[in-house]
Amino acid sequence: MRNKNLKYFTNGLIKENPVLRLMLGTCPTLAITTAAINGIGMGVAATLVLVGSNLVISLLRNVIPDKVRIPAFITIIASFVTIIQMLVKAFLPDIDAALGIYLPLIVVNCIILARAEMFACKNPVLPSILDGLGMGVGFTAVITLMGAIRELIGAGSVFGLPITSSFIDPMIVMILPPGGFFVFGVLVAVSNKLATAMGKKPVKSLGCTNCPGNCNGCTENCGEAIAQEATEQVKEPETEAQAQAEKEEVSENE
Amino acid sequence: MSSFISILLAGLLTENMILSKFLGICPFLGVSKKVPTAASMGVAVTAVMLISTAATYPIYAYILVPCGLAYLQTIVFILIIAAIVQLLEIAIKKFSPPLYSALGIYLPLITTNCAVLGITILNFTKELTFLESLVNALSAGLGFLLAMVIFAGVREKLDEADIPEGLKGLPITLIAAAIVSLSFLGFAGIGGK
Repeated sequence: MRNKNLKYFTNGLIKENPVLRLMLGTCPTLAITTAAINGIGMGVAATLVLVGSNLVISLLRNVIPDKVRIPAFITIIASFVTIIQMLVKAFLPDIDAALGIYLPLIVVNCIILARAEMFACKNPVLPSILDGLGMGVGFTAVITLMGAIRELIGAGSVFGLPITSSFIDPMIVMILPPGGFFVFGVLVAVSNKLATAMGKKPVKSLGCTNCPGNCNGCTENCGEAIAQEATEQVKEPETEAQAQAEKEEVSENE
Repeated sequence: MSSFISILLAGLLTENMILSKFLGICPFLGVSKKVPTAASMGVAVTAVMLISTAATYPIYAYILVPCGLAYLQTIVFILIIAAIVQLLEIAIKKFSPPLYSALGIYLPLITTNCAVLGITILNFTKELTFLESLVNALSAGLGFLLAMVIFAGVREKLDEADIPEGLKGLPITLIAAAIVSLSFLGFAGIGGK
């Protein structure tokens, strides 16, 4: 039992890392990683929202009607974001200034809606909390790493401690928008390389299979997937069978 | 008048929604494989941005603020946007089937597009007037459209390029985006005060 719970937690760290494996939450990943400390700030805020929303959605999973689940999820997520936003504003004004508009935008962070849709709405409370925690820690780790890389090359310091700035002129472009795209591209390439070495499939595009009902418009196929889902909703038993199959897969993995 | 022009230029070039603010990255990377689809997505986003701004501004300024409920901004805005997108979808489906088949499938994808929520919140953090907010939404939408179309053009070329194995797919797309974004840095200063 303990092993199983541990697995829910570690799942989000490496195997299904939300940023590098599931390709979710790219907007904050690119936007706020100009310094390592911002990565931690955003990561912790998103983790708290994720754990909270997973907890509530999991508790309400039998109450929320299927048809209005997305608006219901968004309302729950938005409530948690508002709470976090007020707390950060009150106690950590520096982080609030650094994250700016991206703090309220946690509402539309794909990771949170995706975990609600893929995990919390069909699993009990404890696994949902652990899943949220694992995904959040995985997200925090990657964006902090990316923040550290960009800060090191772009400003010559990490977490504000000067490292190379005394003997190398920093490449300022790395903390400007193009650097965000570039560093993320390289990170994805490295993670794909590692994944292939470990015998996993590299990620070639934004994962459509991970795209919840109306997430950010991952690919064109996503539109088709939605249409498909709409037709599939008519055949309820099939979805149940799928859920059953997924459960079996989980138990096989152990 | 000059403030409108500087807002327009900022939204289009210097503060481009995608390339400098990183809002709406998902559709930017996902729906930019072909120029026509990228353009349709851009038009749909522009329309939703304009309508959401027109709807959220009065609600925030005349209902939430006087009632001391400004902290509900995020929740209220996301629900308004979701409702508008739904209504728009139903309306287009009813009145213009050709338009629906061109833009329809993008509409549900826009609900949680961070660019739309972003622009409605930015209107207030920048303390714009109602008219300026509308111009801001329009210019941000057009900037989104511009970036989408340019990038789709780049990606169509990229399809024929010989790319190292490890960079195939998403990594090369991101690096191409970095270069497009770099070129937009050249506009820095245009339309400034």
